[in-house]
Amino acid sequence: MTEMLAAIWRYRFFIFSSVRNDFRARFARSSLGAIWMILQPLAQVAIYALVLSRVLGSRLPGTDNKYAYVIYLTSGILAWSLFVELLSRCLTIFVDNGNLLKKVVFPRICLPLILAGSALINNLLLLIATLGVFLLVGHSVGPTALWLLVLVPLTLAFALGLGLILGTLNVFVRDVAQVMNVVLQLWFWLTPVVYMPTIVPEEFKYALSANPMYWIVSSYQNVLLFHTAPDMEHLGLTAVISLGLLAVALLLFRRSSAEMVDVL
Amino acid sequence: MNANVLVLEGVGKSFREYPSQILRFATWAGISVRNVQEHWVLRNISFRLGRGEAVGIVGQNGAGKSTLLKLITGTLRQTTGSLTVNGRISAILELGMGFNPDLTGRQNVMHTAGLMGFSQADIERAIPDIEAFAEIGEYFDEPVRTYSSGMQMRVAFSVATAFRPEVLIVDEALSVGDAYFQHKSMGRIREFRRQGTTLLIVSHDRTAIQALCDRAILLDKGEMRMDGDPHTVMDYYNAMIAERENTAISSVKLESGKVQTTSGTGEAVVEKVGIYNAAGEPVEFINVGEPAELRIQVKAHTDIPRLVLGYLIKDRLGQDVFGTNTHHTGQALEQVRAGQVINYSIRFSTNMGAGAYSVSTALVSTDTHLVNNYEWRDLALVFTVMNVDRAYFVGSNWMPPSIAIDQS
Repeated sequence: MTEMLAAIWRYRFFIFSSVRNDFRARFARSSLGAIWMILQPLAQVAIYALVLSRVLGSRLPGTDNKYAYVIYLTSGILAWSLFVELLSRCLTIFVDNGNLLKKVVFPRICLPLILAGSALINNLLLLIATLGVFLLVGHSVGPTALWLLVLVPLTLAFALGLGLILGTLNVFVRDVAQVMNVVLQLWFWLTPVVYMPTIVPEEFKYALSANPMYWIVSSYQNVLLFHTAPDMEHLGLTAVISLGLLAVALLLFRRSSAEMVDVL
Repeated sequence: MNANVLVLEGVGKSFREYPSQILRFATWAGISVRNVQEHWVLRNISFRLGRGEAVGIVGQNGAGKSTLLKLITGTLRQTTGSLTVNGRISAILELGMGFNPDLTGRQNVMHTAGLMGFSQADIERAIPDIEAFAEIGEYFDEPVRTYSSGMQMRVAFSVATAFRPEVLIVDEALSVGDAYFQHKSMGRIREFRRQGTTLLIVSHDRTAIQALCDRAILLDKGEMRMDGDPHTVMDYYNAMIAERENTAISSVKLESGKVQTTSGTGEAVVEKVGIYNAAGEPVEFINVGEPAELRIQVKAHTDIPRLVLGYLIKDRLGQDVFGTNTHHTGQALEQVRAGQVINYSIRFSTNMGAGAYSVSTALVSTDTHLVNNYEWRDLALVFTVMNVDRAYFVGSNWMPPSIAIDQS
C-alpha cells in the first residue's frame, strides 16, 4: 500500500499532465477551444430543462417554485453524470490502454487516477453551469451545498470501485463492457433523476433503497434544492459499500496484474 | 558492487489458457484449477549482462525475442525463474507510440518523459537538450500530426534517450529515419556505452549486430540455442535459417579459435578449398593488387538437377566484401551425376586492403540457399592480404589513386 502511494507521488507530474493533455487534445482543433468546456455542460443542462420542464410542463409536488423541477433535475444529473462518466471509462480503461501497458512500465494505478481527475474537472464545470442555471431561475443554494464536498468524493469512490472491478474483469471477458452499457441505461431509469421517488409504487420501494445511486442522487437533490441535510444512515451505508468496492477493486487489480498484459 | 546489471536465471514464460474465464478468476482466489493449457513461449533462459556490455539478441520471428524483451522491461511477468535488474531500463521500442497527434512536440515530450517516471524539474532541465538533439526547429512547438514520420522518430528517439539508462534496449526501430540522424543516434548509443550503459540489441541485421555487439544470444523456439561471439552466432543463425529436414548443422572449432559452421542436406559437398598465387602455388598471404585464384573442388553424392556454387569473402569483422555465385554468372551446372567431381577456378585480383579475410562457400540450386541448401560452409578458408610494396592506405578496398597536385 505504501509502495503504491509512493509510486503515485513519484508519478504525480505524469498524472497531472495526462489530465491536462486530455483536455488540451479534446479542444485542440476547435476555434472556441476552452469555451466549449463551459458551453457543453451548459447546453446539456439547458436541453434537459427545456425538454422536461417546459415541454412536459412538469411541476414538482409540494413546491410553488415553477422552476423547482429544473433544479431537481439538474441536481440529479450532476450526480449521475459523474457516476456514469467515470464508470463507463473505467470499464475499458485497461483495454483502451493495452498498447501502452504492453510496452511501457509505469504504475498502473495512474490510469484510474487520471480518469478520476479528468471526470472531476468535467463535473466541476457542470457544477458551475448548474449554479449558473440556478442563478438564472432565481434559486439560491444555501450552506447545505457544502455537503457536496462529501458527496462528490463519495460518488467518485463508488464509481471508481465498481468501475475498476468491472474494468479488470472486462480485460478477460470483453462482454462485461457491452453488458454494462445496457445495464447503465436501465440503471438510469431505476434511479429517480427525472422522476420523483414518490411515484414509485409501494411494492417496488425496496428496489429503490437497495440502489446506492438512489441515496447519492437524492442527497444531491436534498442539499441543492430542499436545503436539507442528506439521509445520514443511508449515506453512511453507501460510503461503506464504496470503500468495500474500492478494497475489492484493489485486491482484484493486484491478483490479476500478472496475467493482465498476457491477454491484452 | 554487483557488476551485473541484468541477471536471468531459468526464466520461462507460459501463457495460460483456461477452459473458462471463471476458472481464471478462481485462481486469483487461491483455488487450484485443473485443465489449464499452458503454452510455453520461453523456457529456461539464463544469462547475465555486465555493465557496458553490448549484446545482440537474434532469432526468427516467433522465437520469443519480443516476449523476452517484455519480461526484461517488466511489462510481462515471468512464469518461472528469476530476473534481477539493477538500474533503470529504457527501451527504444515502437518509437513515438504514445504520442498524441493533436499535442505539440514539446507537450508530447513532457508527457512521455513523465510516463518514464521523471519529475517536472528533471524534464524541464532536459527539454532544451531534447529539442536540440531532435533538430526539427520550429516544428517542436507544432502539433505532432504535422510531422513527417522521420521527424516524429527524431523526437521520440531524443526523449527516449534523454536520460542515460543502465540498460538500453534497441529494437529494429533504429533502422528508421534518415542517414544523418541514424549516425547521430548511433553516436549517442555509443556514448552511453562508454559511460557504462549496457546495450541489448534486437535485430536481423548481421552488420548491425556485428558492428555493435561483443556478444550475441540466439533464440530458437523459445529456447537459448547459443550465447557467444557474434560471428559464430550469426553464422549459426544463417545456417539455421536454411535448416530443413535431413539437414545437419555442425560447428567445428578451428585452430585459430574461430568456429566453422557447416550446414546443408549434403547432396554435394566442398572437398577442397585453396587460394593460389599467379604462379599456381598455394599461399596463405597475398600481396595487395596481386592476381589470385580460388580453387574449389566439389563432389556430388547424388544426382543433382541443378548445381550452383556461391562464395563470399568477408573481412575480419564479418562484413561482406564480395560475393557472387554461378547462377548470377550464368554458369550453373545442369544434371550433375552422383560421384562427379567438379573443379572451380575463380580468378580475381586482390584489390583489397591489408587484413585477414575469410571465404564462405555455398552449394545450392538457385540464387539463394533458402530453396535447396546442399552445403553451406562458413570460414571454409582464411587468407591474409598484406601490403608489401604499395603506398600505405587504410580500408578494406584497394583503389589505387592518381593524385595530381598543382602548386602555384
